[in-house]
Amino acid sequence: MEENHGSTKLYVMGFVLSLILTVIPLWLVVQHVFAKGMLTIVITAIAVGQLLIQLFCFMHIKDGEKPRYHAIALVLGAVIVFTIVAGSIWIMTFNSQVH
Amino acid sequence: MNQAISKHTHEHEHHHDTFKLLGFWIFLVTDCIIFACLFAVYAVLRGHTDGDLTGKELFEIKGFTAETFILLTSSFTSGLATLALHKGKKAQLINWLIVTVVLGLAFVGLEVSEFRTMVHEGASISTNGFLSAFFTLVGTHGLHVSFGLIWMTAVILQIRRHGINEKVKEKVTIVGLYWHFLDVVWIFIYTVVYLMGVM
Amino acid sequence: MGEKSKGFFVTGDPLIYGADVAIIVTLLGIIIFLTVFKKWGWLWKEWFTTVDHKRIGIMYLVSSLLMLFRGGVDALLMRLQLAAPNTHFLTSQHYNEIFTTHGTIMILFMAMPFMFALFNIVIPLQIGARDVAYPFLNALSFWLFFFGALLFNLSFVVGGSPDAGWLSYPPLSEIAGSPGPGQNFYIWGIQISGIGSLATGINFLVTILKMRAPGMKLMKMPLFSWSVLSSCITIIFAFPVLTVTLALLFVDRYLGAHIFTADSGNPMMYVNLIWMWGHPEVYIVVLPAFGIYSEIVSTFSKKKIFGYKSMVFSMMIISILGYFTWVHHFFTMGAGADVNTFFAITTMAIGIPTGVKIFNWLFTMFRGRITISQPMLWTIAFIPCFVVGGATGVMLAIAPADYQYHNSYFLIAHFHQTLIGGVVFGYLAGLYYWWPKMFGFKLNERLGKWAFWTWNIGFYVCFMPQYALGFMGMTRRVYTYGWDMGWAPFNMVSTVGAFLMGIGFIFQAWQILYSIKNGEKDVTGDPWNGRTLEWSIPSPAPLYNFAVIPEVKHDDDWWETKKAMADSQYKKEPPQYEPIHMPKQSGIPFIMSACWFVVGFGFTFGWSYVGLAGLLGVGLCLLARSFQQETDYYIPVDEVRKTEASLGRVG
Repeated sequence: MEENHGSTKLYVMGFVLSLILTVIPLWLVVQHVFAKGMLTIVITAIAVGQLLIQLFCFMHIKDGEKPRYHAIALVLGAVIVFTIVAGSIWIMTFNSQVH
Repeated sequence: MNQAISKHTHEHEHHHDTFKLLGFWIFLVTDCIIFACLFAVYAVLRGHTDGDLTGKELFEIKGFTAETFILLTSSFTSGLATLALHKGKKAQLINWLIVTVVLGLAFVGLEVSEFRTMVHEGASISTNGFLSAFFTLVGTHGLHVSFGLIWMTAVILQIRRHGINEKVKEKVTIVGLYWHFLDVVWIFIYTVVYLMGVM
Repeated sequence: MGEKSKGFFVTGDPLIYGADVAIIVTLLGIIIFLTVFKKWGWLWKEWFTTVDHKRIGIMYLVSSLLMLFRGGVDALLMRLQLAAPNTHFLTSQHYNEIFTTHGTIMILFMAMPFMFALFNIVIPLQIGARDVAYPFLNALSFWLFFFGALLFNLSFVVGGSPDAGWLSYPPLSEIAGSPGPGQNFYIWGIQISGIGSLATGINFLVTILKMRAPGMKLMKMPLFSWSVLSSCITIIFAFPVLTVTLALLFVDRYLGAHIFTADSGNPMMYVNLIWMWGHPEVYIVVLPAFGIYSEIVSTFSKKKIFGYKSMVFSMMIISILGYFTWVHHFFTMGAGADVNTFFAITTMAIGIPTGVKIFNWLFTMFRGRITISQPMLWTIAFIPCFVVGGATGVMLAIAPADYQYHNSYFLIAHFHQTLIGGVVFGYLAGLYYWWPKMFGFKLNERLGKWAFWTWNIGFYVCFMPQYALGFMGMTRRVYTYGWDMGWAPFNMVSTVGAFLMGIGFIFQAWQILYSIKNGEKDVTGDPWNGRTLEWSIPSPAPLYNFAVIPEVKHDDDWWETKKAMADSQYKKEPPQYEPIHMPKQSGIPFIMSACWFVVGFGFTFGWSYVGLAGLLGVGLCLLARSFQQETDYYIPVDEVRKTEASLGRVG
C-alpha cells in the first residue's frame, strides 16, 4: 500500500484546528465582535475552513488513483449546492416582506 | 498461466474496490444536495415565526456547543479507527469504532432532549414555518447520524467475525467517510442555524 | 380528492368498474397461466432475482410500454372529453385525476424506465464491459421503480387517484386542499421509484467512467455512451432535489408542518424546488435520445459522425447549463426583472448547443449513403419536429411574452413537441435499432411503416391546432368549454390526431407480436452493419457479453475491425479464454423493494405501524446484504468455450 492514508499527526492537527475553528465563531457571536452582516460573512468563511480541514485531513480528498473523478464530482457538487442555496434565496426574496 | 489468472483476478477485485469508493463519493455529493435543499428551505423560511418564539429565544448555547464538540471528537476517533485499520490492528480498530458509536449515541441523546425541551416550550414542527424548516433540517441530520450508528455497529460485528480483510477494509473506509461527511453537515448547521440564530 | 369522501375502494364511475373488471381478469389470467404451466419458479429464478443488466433492461422495457399504454389511454380520454364543447363524458373531478396521472406516468413511469431500459441493454455492450458497476444495486433500482409504479397505479382502484396536477403544487396538494390518500400515493410512488432512478444515475456514471474496455479513452467513446454520461450527471444533481421536495410535502401533510402551506410556509418555495428537479429532468430524458440519433445517423449514413467533439461538448454543456434555467417555468411568479432576465438568457443559451447538434446530424447525412430503415425514419422525423419545438421554446423563454403563453395550450403543444418529437421518437428509434440485439430478430418493416406514418401524421394533427388554441386563450386543465369560445373546430381536429397516434401504438403492438413469430432472425449479431462494439457480439448477447474483453484502438472500433477483417492479410488470433467473474443472483432487491411498497402503502393511508414495519423490513434487508460475504462467482473456461461454440463464435 503506497497510498497515503494519513498519519496520526495529520489527524491530531486536523482535530485541534477544527476545535479552534469551532470556538472562534462562538466567541465572535457571543461577544458581538462585528455587526450582523460582517459576522455572518466571517462565520460562514470559518465554516468553509472547517469543511476544508475535514476534506483534507480526515477524508483524504487528495488520495485515490487518477483521474480523480471524486474530486471533480465534489467541485461540481459545490457549484450546484451554491446554486440551490444562493439561487433560492435570490429568487424567493421577492415575497419575504409578506411575513 | 495459473499465476496470470490469479493476477488478473486480483486486479479485477482491486478495481471493484475503487468502484465502490467512487460510487460512495458520488452518493455523498447527492446527499450534499439533499442538505443544500433543506438549508435553502431554512434560509427562506427562517423569518416565518408568526410572532412565536425565535431562534434566539429557543436555542441554548450550552446544548448546541456540547453537541458540536461531541460530534467533532467522534469524527476524530473514527479517523483514528481508519488509521488502525491501515496498520492492521484489529483490537484498536474495534475500540475506536466503539468510542465513535458511543459519542454518536451521546450526540443523538442530546439532540433528542433538545427537541423535547423545545416541544415542551410549545415550539414543535407544526408551530410555524421557521420551526418546520428547523426540525426537518436538523432532524434529517439526526436521522443520518442514527442510521450511521446502526451501520457502524454492523461493521464492528463483521470485523469481529471476519477480521480485517479486503471487504471489511472497504466497509470501514466507507462508513468513516460517511461519518466525516455528517460532521461537515453539522458544522454548517452549527453555523447557519445555531450561531446565526442566536446572533 | 375534492368534496367527495371515498371509501377504501374507488367506486361510483362505470368507467372505473369496467377497468376494475379488466384488471382482475388480467391478474387472474396471469396467475392461472403461471400456475398451470408451472412457471412461478422460472419467473423467480430467471427474472425476479436476476442481476443481469440485459434482463433488467427488458423488464424496464416491458413496464414502460405498459405504462405508455396507460398514459396513452388517459390522453385519449382527455381528448374525447375536449373534442366538443359542453361535453359531460368525464366529470371535472375525473378529468383532474386523469391529467394528473397522464403527466406523472408519461414522465416518471414511461420515459424514465424506457430510458433506463436502453441504458441497461446498451451501455455495457457498447463500452465492452460484462456488467454494470453495481449489478445488485441495478436490480434494486429496477424493483424500486416497479413497486413505486405499482403503488402509484394502485391509486386507480384503491383510495383514489391524485388530482393536483403532475407536479402537485401546494397549497392545493396540501392536506387542506387534497385530504384523501391520492396525493400520498403520488408522493410515495414517485419517491420510491425516484430513489431507484438516483441509484441508476450513480451506477451508470461509475460504469462509464471505470469499466470501459482497455483503449477506449473517453474521447473514443460512442456518442450514446456520452449522452448517458451527461444524463447521469444531471440525474445526480437533480434527483436529490425531488426527493427532498416530496419528503417535505409529505412532512407537511403527515406531521402538520408549515413548509409549503399558504398560512405560515411558502408555497412558491415548492414550485422553486420542484422545477430545480423538473427542468433538468427534461434534459435527463432528452440527452440519451440525442445519443441514439447520433448512433443511428452515423450507422445508416455509413459515415463517421460529423463533429464528434462538438457533439460531446454540446451534450456536456446542456447537461450542466440545464441546471440553471429552472425559473422559466414560473416567470409569472413575479420574482423581479433581474431574476427573470437571468433565467431567460440561460434558457435561450441552451438553444445554441442544441442547434450545433442539429447541424451535425444534418452534415453527417450530407453525401452519406443513407439507408431508410425504421430507426432512420424516426430520426429523420425527429429533426423538423424538434426544431419547431425548440423554436417555440425560445418564444416561451422571452419572459415578458411568457405572461401571455403561460399555462396556455401553446405551452402544452410546445412541450409535447419536444417530449414526443424529441424523447419518444428517439426512444422508439433506439428500440427499433437495438431490438435485434435484445431478442435476436428484427421488427417487421411493413407494419413499422404503418405505425410510423400514423404516429407522425397523428402527432401534427393533434398538436399543431393546440398552438392556435393557446393563442385563442384556451388554458390547460380546463375540463370543458362553451361554444362561444370558438375553440370547437381545433379541438375536434386535435382529438382526431390523438386517436391517429393511438392507432400508431396499436400498429406497434401488432408489429411486435407479429415479429415474435415471423421476424427476420439476426444470425450475424450485426444486422445494420453497425460501427460500435455491441454489434461485434452475438444477438442476443450471452450472459457474460464478451468472452474476451476487446482492445479498442479506434473510434467506431467495430467498423474499423470489420475493415481490417476484410483485408486478406488479416489473421484472427485464437481467443484466450479466462474464467469470467460474475455477480451472483439475489432475491434481496425484490424483497427490499416490496418492503418499500409496504412503507409507501402504510403511510399513504396513515397507518403508521404498517409503514414502520415496512421500514424495519428495509433495514433488515440492508443488514442481510451487508453481512453477505460471497456475492460473486466465476464462470469456468470450459463453459465459456461451450457457450461460444454454440453461438458459432469459435473459429
